[in-house]
Amino acid sequence: MSTTEAPPNGKYAMGKSMKRKEDARFIAGKGRYIDDIVLPGMLYLAIVHSPYPHARILKVNKDAALAIPGVLAVITADDLAGVGLAWIPTFHGYDKQMVLAVGKVLYQYQEVAAVIATSRPAAADGVEAVDVEYEPLTPVVSPFDAKTDKTLVREDRENKTNHIYHWEVGKQAETDAALAASDVSINERVYFQRCHPAPLEPCGSVADMNAATGTLTLYMTSQAPHAHRTVVSLVTGIPEDKIHVISPDIGGGFGNKVPVYAGYVCSAVASIVTGHPVKWIETRTENLTTTGFARDYHMDVQIGATKEGNITALKVSTTADHGAFDAAADPTKYPAGLFGICTGSYDFPIAFTQLDAYFTNKAPGGVAYRCSFRVTEASYAIERGMEMLARRLGQDPADLRLRNFVKKEQFPYASPLGFVYDSGDYHTTFQKALDKIGYRELRKEQAERRARGELMGIGISTFTEVVGAGPSKHFDIMGIKMFDSAEIRIHPTGSGIVRTGTKSQGQGHETTWAQIVAEELGLDPQNLLVEEGDTDTAPYGLGTYASRSTPVAGAALAMAARRVREKARNIAAHVLEAPLGDVEWTDYKFQVKGVPEKSVTMKEIAFAAYTNPGPNEPGLEATYYYDPPNLTFPYGAYIAVVDIDKLTGETKVRRFLAIDDCGTVINPMIVEGQIHGGLTEGFAIAFMQEIAYDENGNNLQPNFTEYLIPTSLETPSWETDSTCNPSPHHPIGAKGVGESPNVGSPAAFVNAVMDALAPLGITNMDMPMTRDKVWRAIQGASK
Amino acid sequence: MKVSVTVNGTAYERDVEPRTLLAYFLREDLGLTGTHVGCDTSSCGCCVVLLNGDTAVKSCSMFAVQADGREITTIEGMKTGGKLHPMQQAFSDQHGLQCGYCTPGMMATAIAFLKQNPAPSEAEIRDALSGNMCRCTGYNNIVKAVQQAAAELSAAPAEPVAAS
Repeated sequence: MSTTEAPPNGKYAMGKSMKRKEDARFIAGKGRYIDDIVLPGMLYLAIVHSPYPHARILKVNKDAALAIPGVLAVITADDLAGVGLAWIPTFHGYDKQMVLAVGKVLYQYQEVAAVIATSRPAAADGVEAVDVEYEPLTPVVSPFDAKTDKTLVREDRENKTNHIYHWEVGKQAETDAALAASDVSINERVYFQRCHPAPLEPCGSVADMNAATGTLTLYMTSQAPHAHRTVVSLVTGIPEDKIHVISPDIGGGFGNKVPVYAGYVCSAVASIVTGHPVKWIETRTENLTTTGFARDYHMDVQIGATKEGNITALKVSTTADHGAFDAAADPTKYPAGLFGICTGSYDFPIAFTQLDAYFTNKAPGGVAYRCSFRVTEASYAIERGMEMLARRLGQDPADLRLRNFVKKEQFPYASPLGFVYDSGDYHTTFQKALDKIGYRELRKEQAERRARGELMGIGISTFTEVVGAGPSKHFDIMGIKMFDSAEIRIHPTGSGIVRTGTKSQGQGHETTWAQIVAEELGLDPQNLLVEEGDTDTAPYGLGTYASRSTPVAGAALAMAARRVREKARNIAAHVLEAPLGDVEWTDYKFQVKGVPEKSVTMKEIAFAAYTNPGPNEPGLEATYYYDPPNLTFPYGAYIAVVDIDKLTGETKVRRFLAIDDCGTVINPMIVEGQIHGGLTEGFAIAFMQEIAYDENGNNLQPNFTEYLIPTSLETPSWETDSTCNPSPHHPIGAKGVGESPNVGSPAAFVNAVMDALAPLGITNMDMPMTRDKVWRAIQGASK
Repeated sequence: MKVSVTVNGTAYERDVEPRTLLAYFLREDLGLTGTHVGCDTSSCGCCVVLLNGDTAVKSCSMFAVQADGREITTIEGMKTGGKLHPMQQAFSDQHGLQCGYCTPGMMATAIAFLKQNPAPSEAEIRDALSGNMCRCTGYNNIVKAVQQAAAELSAAPAEPVAAS
């Protein structure tokens, strides 16, 4: 992917590696993140956390804290109950969650009280001085223990069980029968560990209640500002026009900044009560221990096949650990997200998947960490499963995949678990990966190395994602349909402002949105200002996560631009003094059919819209709410090559090749950057990142010295390439890409390590595959 | 306690609580919010600034009073004569940033490193940046940006960074 300048006047703006418009402020230190916002008279809020994972709160003694100079108040659940905010609904509305602990704490580090003070240090001192008396209770740490219901996590619930729900899709009896009749089958448990998105900027808010106007302005680290405005209105009763959510520059989100957290609520209440603006900024420990975790799925994968290797059936049965509240960030009708994508890129005649979710004494969450809802877990299950099946069959894992892919001519492909895949050519994309990395040669090299006793592994992942939630007939969050929106206003001089209901957190919307509009209208992308994140000005949308921005808001942009173009065509007819039917959009300008010298540019029409619109409505703007007809299905073929040091257990990723197909590419430079970033998070999950708890419910990774984030030193150098099968139902054919690499890569890494260790008889290992874990496995195998 | 520092060429004298970290002094007392804080354990490097023009320090692990009498350069002071520092230009050219949160610290570390090693290998760059985390870019393009800046800085006559 080469870097080239966008041509002038917006011509052919699509598909060009235009440099990012947002960079100017970021490289100068002029970004405006949440903690950069300072308002007159602002107070600071800090939170008291529980050291216990499960305990009754006997007493909260505020006196010592209130005696500290600068500490103004200490609030607890009792105070929140007074304003009806002790509990708030969870993301999909099926459960409720405590804002501050009500009666007992349900996980370690749970928020117990909030201190409001005149300075940040005074608030921190106040937190230290709040004295909470606890009566520790037995914690439920494993979802398998939770199943016994011996200890109840949620006494507040009507149903006295830790079981939250059962979910299933597909045909169970037929799948079981097909598995039983298969020549060969596997049945393995794979665990996708609990991990945390950990964006470098923690979460935070500045709440500013204006008592005179009754307006609550909420600056917050929000990936979904409109959704948050509506939730705040529903929960507090404040009319929605009196709530102004502003999501400033966001220092990375990755799903972490979708849910509503205690600090947001407490800062808002504190501002309403004190009449001052109140700032809450999370510490890293608070971020890792209390805000939305991801994954934590224990998946039993069964695949059947004929002895030749034709797959016959898939069954995945999952035990999900949801922590103390059912706060998983999934659309209402999809409690396990889009896990039904677990048939992956393969043509299974029949399939069934089921999931049971449990409460435990761990932090709540289940956010889509750089992933469309639960697609990463599903992709991991199938790609690990196919690898294990290949080994069972004694087949090359590449050949097994080629044999069983959905074929190009089968698209649109109806999967046995209910999706209709839009487009793809899995064979061609995978073949490109095999050729580019020299797969067959690598296998020869591996054989030679194995003969010498060396551990070299090649791991494949040929995943299919499902993103772009979503069509309103299926997708909503708390009843709000998951469409998205765009508004375009063209100014008299041919520049303009573009607004969407999404919110970039580093994805580069200010650049790519301008490119889409520029392409549709023949204008200069440099003079199309993109603005997101302000609910008073942006059209309503459900935000940026689950790779939905380009599939949904990107489509809305193209459609809004086409509306602008149609308005402009009417004005062009007036300016060109031609019948409307004779005016056509050709080569980025309007011209009279068959009379190329009679033409007018969009820039000229923009001026005419305000100076000489003729009989047409003056002005040049449009809004479009786009309800996608289907989801989009980006896919990829990833190959990892690793070498493992037998003596130390150290895994070195020698090469990693990612061939992605995300349909039409808007900006190749940005797409490549997204892929690099996603691969790095996949690498992190495969080798380093885990939020683990000990048997007493203690969070073992409460900061960056334990929760390991890869640096430039550990991170491999990435090789990327692409194929392009546009989405047939998206106005510009784009499918979305930000999450594919994080969805697809973990299995490639694990498959590579398992391939390297195969001669030792090691076939399954859970992530993260730390040096220590690999070394122990090697030691265990050689005994 | 009194602290006198020169930041980006401007002399400041302020009265601070002794426990005030340099990062918060820069951000809250001087309003230089380009220096970010991303962790509590001096792990992430978002807060790195230049001390006396050539030493990269994590400003979250230094008290403001320890900077007394020193010169500090933050991201806001990297431009000289209205022109971007070659490192700033290179980060944009090579798409070495996405959300921008790690960028100021990453660039400060890289600038200090190139003063010690003007023509580094990729492995040396990766080693030098290993105290700075980035969650967005995967580092490929950050490495390329540092290579571009190294080439440009070694081709041009040495230009002092802001304060010096």
